[in-house]
Formats: sequence, C-alpha cells, structure tokens
Amino acid sequence: MADIAARGPVAIAGGRSSLHKLMQRKSTIAFLMALPLILLILTLVAYPAGYAVYLAMLNKGMTKFVGFGNFDFLFGRETFWMVVYQSCLFAITAVIFKAIIGFVVAHFVHNIPSKGQRKWRGMLLVPWVIPPAMSTLAWLWLFDPSYSAFNWILAGFGIDRIPWTGETGWARFSVILVNVWIGAPFFMIMYLAALKSVPEQLYEAASIDGATWWQRIWYVTLPMMRNIIAITALFSLIVTFANFDIVRVLTKGDPLNTTHVFATWAFRVGIESGDIPLGASVSLFMVPILAVAATFILRDITKRGSEV
Amino acid sequence: MVSRKVSRRRFVASTAAASTALVAAPFVRGAYAAGKLSLGLWDHWVPGANKATEDVIKAWADKEKVEVTLDFITSQGNKLLLTTAAEAQAKSGHDILAFSTWLPARYSEQLVSMNDVVEPLIKQNGAVNGTVEYLGKVGGKWLAVPATVGSQMKGPCSRIDLMKQLAGIDVQAMYPAGSPPKADAWTLDAFLKAAEACQKGGHAFGIGLGTTSDSVDTAGAIFHSFGAVLVDAKGDITVKNDKVRQALEYYKKLIAFLPEDAPAWDDASNNKWLVSGKGALIMNPPSAWAVAKRDAPKVAEQCWTHGFPSGPAGRFGPFLPFFWGTWSFSKNQSAAKSLLTAMSQPEAAEKMVIASGGYDLPSFEKLTTFKTWAEESPPKGTLYHYPNPHNHQTLSIAAAPAPHKIAEQIYTQGIQTQMAVRFAKGETMDKTLDWAAKEIEGFMRN
Repeated sequence: MADIAARGPVAIAGGRSSLHKLMQRKSTIAFLMALPLILLILTLVAYPAGYAVYLAMLNKGMTKFVGFGNFDFLFGRETFWMVVYQSCLFAITAVIFKAIIGFVVAHFVHNIPSKGQRKWRGMLLVPWVIPPAMSTLAWLWLFDPSYSAFNWILAGFGIDRIPWTGETGWARFSVILVNVWIGAPFFMIMYLAALKSVPEQLYEAASIDGATWWQRIWYVTLPMMRNIIAITALFSLIVTFANFDIVRVLTKGDPLNTTHVFATWAFRVGIESGDIPLGASVSLFMVPILAVAATFILRDITKRGSEV
Repeated sequence: MVSRKVSRRRFVASTAAASTALVAAPFVRGAYAAGKLSLGLWDHWVPGANKATEDVIKAWADKEKVEVTLDFITSQGNKLLLTTAAEAQAKSGHDILAFSTWLPARYSEQLVSMNDVVEPLIKQNGAVNGTVEYLGKVGGKWLAVPATVGSQMKGPCSRIDLMKQLAGIDVQAMYPAGSPPKADAWTLDAFLKAAEACQKGGHAFGIGLGTTSDSVDTAGAIFHSFGAVLVDAKGDITVKNDKVRQALEYYKKLIAFLPEDAPAWDDASNNKWLVSGKGALIMNPPSAWAVAKRDAPKVAEQCWTHGFPSGPAGRFGPFLPFFWGTWSFSKNQSAAKSLLTAMSQPEAAEKMVIASGGYDLPSFEKLTTFKTWAEESPPKGTLYHYPNPHNHQTLSIAAAPAPHKIAEQIYTQGIQTQMAVRFAKGETMDKTLDWAAKEIEGFMRN
C-alpha cells in the first residue's frame, strides 16, 4: 500500500516531465504549428478528394457501389476520348508556349536596368493577377461570334473575318491563346527569379572562354534553371489540365464538344446532366497519370539537388 | 403518481401515427402553428420582378404569422443548379426551392408529393399543358408546383419591317393582336423561304446551333414538327427513322441561311443579334425585346412575338417551365404547401406577370389571358400571342417523350443541335445517326 502511494506521485511527475520534454521537442512544436494547416488540408483537400473517389465508384443513381464501372463505361465513349485528346492538346501546347514566352520575356526583363525593372515586372504580371473568369470575359468580347473586335480590326485591313469560337480549329486556338496569355507571366516571374540567382561569375567565365550568346544560354543558364523549369512546368501542367473557367466562359465546350477539357466535361456530365458519379470519374481520370509524371519529375529534381 | 409502461409495439404505433398526423395535417394558423419557412427562388433578370413575388409571400407570411426567409438565387453561372445539387446531397436547405425544367424529375425521390396542391389548382385555374405535366408529374405524383416566375416560351420574335420587306410576310396579319392566329400558311417551308430571303437581304435569322438551352429548344421544336423522336416513352432508341432523317435534311437547308458562327452561339448571342438590328427573327422569350426597348427602341418598335411554324406532324412551340418544390427533409411542409397555394392564385400570378413585363408565363390554361400581354408595347399587342392564348400550338420540350433521366441528358448535351451541325457540315446521314445512337446508349445507364 505504501509502495503504491509512493509510486503514484513519481509516476505522475515522470509523466509530466515526459510531456514537458515532448512539448519542448522541435518536431512537436513544428507539428503543432503546422496543425491548423494540416487540418485545413484534410478538410478542404483530402476529404473532398476522398469523397470524389467514393462518388466515382457509385452507379448513376448513387445507390450501389460499382467499383471501376464508371471508368470502364467512359473508355467506350467517343466523346470522352475527344475530351482526353483536347485536354492533352490544350494543356501540353499551352504549357510549352507559356514556358517559351516566359523564358524570353524573363530575359528581356532581366536585362532592363534595375531602376525601371519593377514597373515592367508589375505590368507584365497583370494578366496573371486578374481573376481568369473576368479576363476571359474580356476575351469573349474580343472573340464574340458576331461582334469580334479582332474581326473588326481585320476587316479594316480587308481581311476576312475569322470564326474564333465557331470553328473547331480556331476555337481550340482561342482557348489555348487565352490560357497562354493568363499563365505566361507566372513562368516569367519564376524564370526571372531563377535568372537572378545564376552567379554572374559563370557568365564572366563563359565570356572569357569565348562562349557565344547561345552557348551561354545552353551551357550556363539552362542547366542552372533546370529545377525551376521542371517544377514550373509540372505545376503549370497540373493546373492547366484542371482548367475550367477559360473554356466554360469562352466556348462552353462548343462547337460540337470539341473544346471541352476534363473539368468542363465533368461539369456538363455531372452537374448539368445529373450524373454526378460519371462527372467525378471524368474529373479523376488524369489523377494517376499526373501523379506518375509528378513522381518522376520530383524524383529527378531531388536527385539533382543531392548531386549539387 | 401513476406510471404507465408503454410496450415497444405501442410506442412505434403511436410515434408513426403522430408523425403522419403532423405531416398530413392541414396548415392551420394558430398561436403555435406559425414557425419558420425558408425559400430559395429564382432571381429574375427583369429588374424589379422579384418584388411581386416578395409582396405575395410577405402578405401570406403576415396573415399566417410565419417567419419567412427569402433568398433569390441567380441562375447565372449555374448558381441555382449548384444550390439544388448541394441541398440534395446535404439533405438540408430551403423548405421551398425553385426547380428548373428537368430538376423535379431528377430529384423525384427527394421531393414531397404536391398532388394535394396541384390538383385543386388545376380545378381552379384550368389544365396545365402536356409539357408541364410530362416534366412535373411522374408516376401519378406531382413532384412540384408549376411556377409562374421563370416559365417561358421560346417562340419566334420577328422584325415586322424586315419580314415584310425581305420575305413578304406580314407577321402582324398572321398573328393579329386580340384575335386568333391566321397562320395556316406559316409552315416550315414558308419559314425556310423567309430565312433564305432574309439572309440574302443581309438580315439572317438568328438561331443558335450550340448546346445551350435556346439552341436546343429550337431544335427540339423542329424535330417535334417532323414527329422525329430520338427515344420513345418506353426508353427505346428510335434515332434511325425517316422522321429524324427528314428533320436533319430540313435543318441542313436551314443552316445554310443562318449566321456562319451559329454553332458557337450561346443564349446571349441571339438576343444581341436582334437588339443590334442584324436579325430578322430569333427564337426567344420577350427578354430580347425588353432589352431592345431600353437599348434600341427603334428595333423594339418592330418586334412581334408569335407562334412557331408548323411541320408535317403539327405546330410545336418550345416551353420551359419552372417549378416550386419542397424537399422531403423540409421541416415545415404544411406551411410550404399553404404558401405555394397562395403563390399560385390568379391574382398572385397576374402580379408576377405584370412585374416581369409579360416574360413569366403561368402554366394553367385560365391564366394565359391577362391584360399585360395584350397591352404591352411598343408596338401594342406585341406579346399578345406569347402565352399561346388560342392553343394554336402544342407546347413542347426537346427530347420528350423519352424517360426523364435519358431526356435530360439528350437536352443538356444538345444532341439534336449537334446532329444537325454534324450533318450540315458534311458528315453522312448514317454516321450522324450512328453517333447519336451511341451517345444516347450511354445515357441509358442506371
């Protein structure tokens, strides 16, 4: 009895001190500080994502579990494969052009004397800063089927009007163009940051060795920017694949569904047509493909990081 | 104190009886009967039109001592559609919600039967048209109450001057204000000739060929005019038949006279086409005319809303009704039904029609002759034939009479306009029909 009585406070004191120690650990503090964010991610990202996976495995009436039945069904649909093609065309073309334009413009801005550079940086970021739904509305007026401002200008030069959103080829071009316009400044600012971190001595050494302009870019700039290029491209590819607003506002997937991307088609099928499980399946289709791409790119970046 | 042991069987029986009594009881005003009621109604795009609805609801709430919360939810950006989907998923939300065209059938299992509201209303206000019945009543159960606010016709709105000058058609003589139509000659052939003449005269008909509602509604009416049905009432695919072929052949001829960019049109494009003075005819409710009244009065003065041209199978006008329904999880169903009855009274409907400038259409037969439509101007009587007062045409919806879950997808995915555009762009008839049949096959899944 006495033993027990003596052991009690010691055990409590031991418990307190271990809790105290635990609370003093850096990892515990870091975890506690990150906890609000973790909870936010669990609530706003993990739960909806999990719920979407659950929905994608239900039948149309949402009354029974069908496993991968919805995906199996989608694979047999002509329209779905057209959406896959259009989404890939949209995302890959847009990312390539955004990367090229961002790279070129970043070099221009980098070469502007630092005094006036801030102004240019600010102005060039405008398309990226405006909410896309709003800026796309302005583009809609520029491309309007009947009152296109571009066509009005072309008519001034005696050039025939262009069916910007009325013909498949032009409509695809239009949605990609708007995406490039909105997204290129993001690439520009990322590349500019990367350019600023390339040590000037490397360029000086290259100049002493007689490197041409092209050789400096190829052997100095690009290798030094490789990680940023990869991360930016990956990030942009994921965001562009998930794009909704541009197509929704500009073409609504028309003409003949040829401009639909995954998100707009998922909305059409899931919300507008009342087949939520199928809509969820459409929106989840790219997840495994993008996850594999992301794994490879991020592994490559980590590998290069450890080599450095 | 006497305690009484209640057996499990007695407890279940008493609870069930009490619940039934609560749900079935008529709404009786009393010191404790009031409670709360929340409504999510469609936000009208005619400025000030919500006020009439608000007044009707307020008068009812004051009389019945019910605390009412009213949300006007826009359909812009599909907000109303998303709200409906969210409430259905969450099983929580407004006691009364506005349901657009296909939604009562989509949520049929989650809606309270409105037979006890609609059937007396039909006795009082006259029958509803076949399209309203098809969309609102499934398996003998009224899923929702046909709403005045938001219900609309999408018949032709023609330019009097251009139709006369370019096509030699006097639309006012054909559809005189205050009298029955004299439109026997207003056939799809006459329509096609007029479309050609107006296109050659530089004022093409503004009919969209996209996948949004205005385009789909016109296609639906033209298909019905040929008796062309893609899926029959039993759910069998009937795409490959001569009537569908005829409808597509007709559309191909018509498309040649429509604006080249019509496949990219949305529901705003035809309005702009009319208001800008470019078009001789569009298919729309009087909202385009109302905008013209404000922005282009000279155009508005020449607008005349009238009936659809007739085809081999009859004369069909596109009708898009709205409904007011109550979720089965609503906590104040008897109050909701009482309010819906009040909102459907002739005086209430007339107030709503006046406030909307004649845009809103009650679905009941006896409510299609309000003074507003006869008196709206300019020109006077421009809306007289808008509510189909002489039952001159069959009010229809694209994709009917297919079972709702199939029809809704044919409608929202614009299968008929897509077929028309594909065929007009040079695809063979067989390929177009095959494509449509395959798409529709995909809509059959449960």
